[in-house]
Amino acid sequence: MGNIIKENLNPDGVDRRGFLKCMAWAGTGTLCVMQGGILKSFALSAMNKHDVSSMHADFAFAQISDSHIGFNKAANPDVTATLREAIAKLNALPQAPEFVLHTGDLSQLSKADEFDTLDQSLKSVRTGKIFYVPGEHDVLNDNGQQYRERYGKDSKGDGWYSFDHKGVHFIGLVNVMNLKAGGLGDLGHDQLKWLEDDVKHLKHNTPIVVFAHIPLWTVYPQWGWGTDDSEQALSYLKKFGSVSVLNGHIHQVMQKVEGNVTFHTAMSTAFPQPAPGQAPSPGPMKVPEEKLRSVLGVTNINFVRGKHTLAIVDSTLQDNSTEGMPAQGEMRQ
Amino acid sequence: MKNYALRIALCASLIAAAAVVAMNRPNYFVRAAEGQPAASTIVAVDNFTFTPKEITVPKGTTVTWVNHDDVPHTVVSTDKKFKSRALDTDEKFSFTFSDSGIYGYFCSVHPVMRGKVIVR
Repeated sequence: MGNIIKENLNPDGVDRRGFLKCMAWAGTGTLCVMQGGILKSFALSAMNKHDVSSMHADFAFAQISDSHIGFNKAANPDVTATLREAIAKLNALPQAPEFVLHTGDLSQLSKADEFDTLDQSLKSVRTGKIFYVPGEHDVLNDNGQQYRERYGKDSKGDGWYSFDHKGVHFIGLVNVMNLKAGGLGDLGHDQLKWLEDDVKHLKHNTPIVVFAHIPLWTVYPQWGWGTDDSEQALSYLKKFGSVSVLNGHIHQVMQKVEGNVTFHTAMSTAFPQPAPGQAPSPGPMKVPEEKLRSVLGVTNINFVRGKHTLAIVDSTLQDNSTEGMPAQGEMRQ
Repeated sequence: MKNYALRIALCASLIAAAAVVAMNRPNYFVRAAEGQPAASTIVAVDNFTFTPKEITVPKGTTVTWVNHDDVPHTVVSTDKKFKSRALDTDEKFSFTFSDSGIYGYFCSVHPVMRGKVIVR
């Protein structure tokens, strides 16, 4: 079920057809694998255990996003229940994630009891550690003070930091603070300076994973889905052979590959948002109740050393397993 | 004669009573003379948009913003003249504009949302 890319005008290993093919599976259980600059896409339904084990992941980690604890409107009256289902999905993985990244909007209104409920739920995740970056919902009214006291004790500035894990350099960025009238997400001068220094001494072959709440590429500026100064941040990462950028905020899976950089957004654990421009506003989208769990989910990432391979798998709360799923439809172009 | 004097006394006391009432409630008469209740107006927040996006009001007007969305929004002056807390669904924020001028504002959570109050 692999789709090796044959037509490509750019030296990035990706052509439009292959990219769209990969996009088509997004949100329904997709596996996109970068191997030596070639993007391959698989539907989870077409994979079996042999395919998964043959990837020989050096380690696996997971991403969850946009839990919005405290939200109780029509789009999902029980966001704590769906977060627990997302946790159950992570706990059922054959290879437990070594750590989990939560890419923000932990809470709906930055309230202490919302953070408490999140913490209580996340205690049951079978993983070594959970790393956080704030969403705009987590820094309301106090410029993120409570967020930093709870989740950013060892962080710099508004809550940014980096760490290394088995040779991969992870960078958590904050782009939801001090937003300017008419602007998008914002990293700001201090954080950019820190980032430049943080990666300056790393070897070019160090795999880089950047995670932040708002997308670090311009998805849809009319809805604020982008970050004003992300290009400057990415300019510091140009020298690296493999850069993966993981975001949340838009409550749907999107992926883009640009040169050495793979951008990926995760589903929410709380409620879906419309595709860009497909609704009057980006607000919570009400879907029929029986469909809700097909648009919420988690992301699992497997890293294979030496092959420049990062496999990103999105699976919805509805997917029961990687086996026995109904066949996926063909891509419409 | 006696009845006549009594009537005059009664009339006099009624006039005096009316005068006392008038003296005790001077504001009532002044307000009635001006006939100008304080102005107020509402800006709705719907679908990530301030509606109306731009309003023109006389000095002294109190503007109230009401959030009708399922997500929190704020009302923040670009010149730091006023700033609301995060408004959840149906929550309100009011500000009284005492001085004329042009007051731009935005939602600090979703900064693509902008509005303007023109005070004349």
